[in-house]
Amino acid sequence: MRRAMNVRPAAGARILLAIIPFLLIAVVYVLGSAERRAANPNDKLLPPVSEMVQTTTRMATEPDRRTGEITMVADTVSSLQRLALGLGIATLTGLTLGIALGILPAFNAAGGSLVAVISMVPPMAILPILFIIFGLGELSKVALIVIGVAPPIVRDIAMTVQAIPVEQLVKAQTLGASTWQTVLRVALPQALPRLIEVVRLQIGPAFLFLIAAEAIAADSGLGYRIFLVRRYLAMDVILPYVAWITLLAFLMDWALAKLARSAFPWAYAEERR
Amino acid sequence: MSAISVRNVWVEFGDQVVIENLNLEIASGSFVSVVGPSGCGKSTFLRMVLGQDRPTRGALLLDGRPLRDEPDADRGVVFQRYSVFPHMTVLANVVAGYEFAQSPLLGRLFGRAKRQAVEKAEELIEAVGLAAHRHKYPLALSGGMQQRLAIAQALAKDPKILLLDEPFGALDPGTRAQMHALLKPLWARLGMTVIMVTHDLREAFGLGTRVVAFDKVRHDPQAPGRFGARVTYDLDLTREGPVPVLGFQKPPAPQPLVASD
Repeated sequence: MRRAMNVRPAAGARILLAIIPFLLIAVVYVLGSAERRAANPNDKLLPPVSEMVQTTTRMATEPDRRTGEITMVADTVSSLQRLALGLGIATLTGLTLGIALGILPAFNAAGGSLVAVISMVPPMAILPILFIIFGLGELSKVALIVIGVAPPIVRDIAMTVQAIPVEQLVKAQTLGASTWQTVLRVALPQALPRLIEVVRLQIGPAFLFLIAAEAIAADSGLGYRIFLVRRYLAMDVILPYVAWITLLAFLMDWALAKLARSAFPWAYAEERR
Repeated sequence: MSAISVRNVWVEFGDQVVIENLNLEIASGSFVSVVGPSGCGKSTFLRMVLGQDRPTRGALLLDGRPLRDEPDADRGVVFQRYSVFPHMTVLANVVAGYEFAQSPLLGRLFGRAKRQAVEKAEELIEAVGLAAHRHKYPLALSGGMQQRLAIAQALAKDPKILLLDEPFGALDPGTRAQMHALLKPLWARLGMTVIMVTHDLREAFGLGTRVVAFDKVRHDPQAPGRFGARVTYDLDLTREGPVPVLGFQKPPAPQPLVASD
């Protein structure tokens, strides 16, 4: 018998193993839902799958009577807009600041500890400040995502750039590169694969801040809807919405992982299968 | 011309003296092997000539003018590891040298300028025998091939001085012999001054026209950092050289030769 850490499932078995836990959860849910329905026909906590499909179909296809928009589409669009803006701004800030901190010792001396302190400020605690300064509109929600997500990206990219062997920076200089050229041709390309990894890790927190901001003040959005229908115990809306958010986040993560591997093959040459 | 003068150079890190009162005159076009035990300041000396480290006291001159105190294109370097850029292919690694010089803003060339740079780079890649691997990333190359690439890259800028920091230390003996066979004619043809730090005495004597040994002469058991290294042997291996090898006068050579073996 081989050691457990040396047992590698084949490709087919790998897919099967990946599906099993999802199937188990589904079965447990269906059984639990049927059990509660049998005991109480008005149960709202675990709505049967058929009911959730019905509600989701209605919300995803029929226009809302008051706004005239398809609710789920409108919610998704406004949430993704905020998320994309927030994550986008945070990524750009993280990349530029991170590389500057990593490659310029003087800038690091001036800004390093400031970034370290700022990244410890709990973003949710300053949400009220954002609402007061930027109002209840889109800006405060985007700002929350940026403030929550940018500091870890800055610090991670700064560390990545600092971890580039000094030999490479010296080598670039012996080839005649200026600071700017070294940034452009040596530091930036080597930071990009890590940047994608960090953004992948920050998708979760970004959604957290998005939904928190939407729950408090918004008139559309995935988080807004969930917190709105919570009052009616509308689990048939909440559960599909949660699944939808999860699917969106998962797809983004997957797409970024694919992008990183196709754009930077050199960074994954030694990846363990 | 690329003669290096080292005048009364001291290197100290805190209260630890690494090199004490070093004086060396390195003639233009010579191949100097620097040997000595670990931690005796060989690599510090090399980094100082490179401009990566600065002497605490004293001066380094290149052709009578002070060396710039940061690395520049006058001085090429091959390190033992991490010498090449992992995110560029073999070709891009060499082309980068030309791109830095000609494109200050983007660090990239396009169109005709790029084609010319690629042509020059391919010549160098051919010379170090990597033509078949020009589109591979360094990670896909063996250690010997990576070092050959590093040499091609360093030669792209036609440096006055080539600095080698244990360049073949991590290679197996066969590959190492190949690298020697590659390096020697390149140096003879291009005529730059080479300083090579090595642990391998055969390599030092086989390639060099001059071997300089660093060591600590004085030891204070109570303060190990009190005394630094200095030159303990300085052997000229050219037949015409004035410095006696191990105290013996060399027999007169029939004609001036550069090679030592």
